[in-house]
Amino acid sequence: MKFLKEYRDSRLAGEILEKIKKISKKPVKFMEVCGTHTVSIFRHGIREILPDNITLISGPGCPVCVTPNRHIDEAVALCRLPEVILATFGDMMKVPGSKSSLAAEKALGADIRIVYSTMDAVDIAVNNPEKEVVFFGIGFETTSPTIAAAVLRAEREGLKNFSVLGAQKLIPQAIRALLENNEVGINGFILPGHVSALIGIKPYEFIAQDFGIPAVIIGFEPVDILQGILMLVKQVESGTARVEIQYSRGVPPEGNPHAMKVLFTVFEPGDALWRGIGTIPGTGLRIREEYQKYDAVKKFGIEVAESREHPGCRCGEVLRGLITPLQCGLYGKACLPEQPVGPCMVSVEGTCAAYYKYGKRG
Amino acid sequence: MCLAIPGKIVSIEDNLAEVEIAGVIRRVSLDLAPEAKLNDYVLVHAGFAIQVIDEKEALKTLELFKELMEHEVS
Ligand code: SF4
Repeated sequence: MKFLKEYRDSRLAGEILEKIKKISKKPVKFMEVCGTHTVSIFRHGIREILPDNITLISGPGCPVCVTPNRHIDEAVALCRLPEVILATFGDMMKVPGSKSSLAAEKALGADIRIVYSTMDAVDIAVNNPEKEVVFFGIGFETTSPTIAAAVLRAEREGLKNFSVLGAQKLIPQAIRALLENNEVGINGFILPGHVSALIGIKPYEFIAQDFGIPAVIIGFEPVDILQGILMLVKQVESGTARVEIQYSRGVPPEGNPHAMKVLFTVFEPGDALWRGIGTIPGTGLRIREEYQKYDAVKKFGIEVAESREHPGCRCGEVLRGLITPLQCGLYGKACLPEQPVGPCMVSVEGTCAAYYKYGKRG
Repeated sequence: MCLAIPGKIVSIEDNLAEVEIAGVIRRVSLDLAPEAKLNDYVLVHAGFAIQVIDEKEALKTLELFKELMEHEVS
């Protein structure tokens, strides 16, 4: 594939690493807020090769992990309705809710279909007119426009049996919330490449302006990540704070305005509940008045009891970068990928799963 | 979950494209990137093209970088 070879070139990566080692003096903590970065950083062993003064911390970057139990409980309640086919991305199946999970419900006979695209969910609705298809909508700005596009297609085609259980989230204001709490002392942000491919650079400007912290939008190949870290290190060492784009082949400064228009035709910003963080104003998406009939919670009048989290699971602190999974008493004992206690171990992009898969390193 | 994979558009019909991703042809919606053209490289996420890859930028980043490596001594 075009450019992949170059951006995986180990000689180039090695040279960038030497450069980082040469100029990096200050002890710094950089946080990535994208699960795809977390996985790439672990897979390529980037934490280990960086000099000791640079610490990488994983933040709330996995949409599966930040989805609170409440939404899982709603999905479980919906899939128990006899007329409902629940369509979901595969990652959500094993996430435990307060009392059950989608995988457990499927084993008991619920009609749950794993889809690759929101359009597959719409196709299921077209092919099953006697059923109600509910798409469990989780994701950040990368995915949410695809959910909006599915709603618009349902509207165009006059489909009456398609709706969305919405649990999507917006990233920039979540970063603001992290910085306002300032629990970790972050010196720079590795910003998510594919969220940014949609939203562009502007929504992040506050990180530099209001908090004086450098941030770089970075791609996912080893050369991308090291180059992005070098850009952060240069800013830190020279005492500047700007938002920059390393991943310019995928992220024009303006992002993808057309996709954002599609998104905000169907949704509007609202509050969102984040696992382990709580409610953050302006980081959720609710379906606009004109498209209310696609809101599954309203359509089926779903009400769930107050949700419960597993008392021993420390996902919340892991997601805020306060602890590593190694500090969780259940990690690797009661909590394993094949028998996960919390979502950070379920999702392949979860920090606990990444630690486990790539050798439990700190 | 925000993984997006680069692929090349090999055909377009209405708002649907066939995109070659690592030798495999996939059907991809162009609803979110209607400006994408035949032979463009696009980032594909969950069945949608979400961005057209800027080849000039891709090369520029690499070139700049290699140059920097060769000439910079600090
Ligand atoms: S190791 Fe398991 S129980 Fe502990 S924080 Fe991670 S997901 Fe939760």
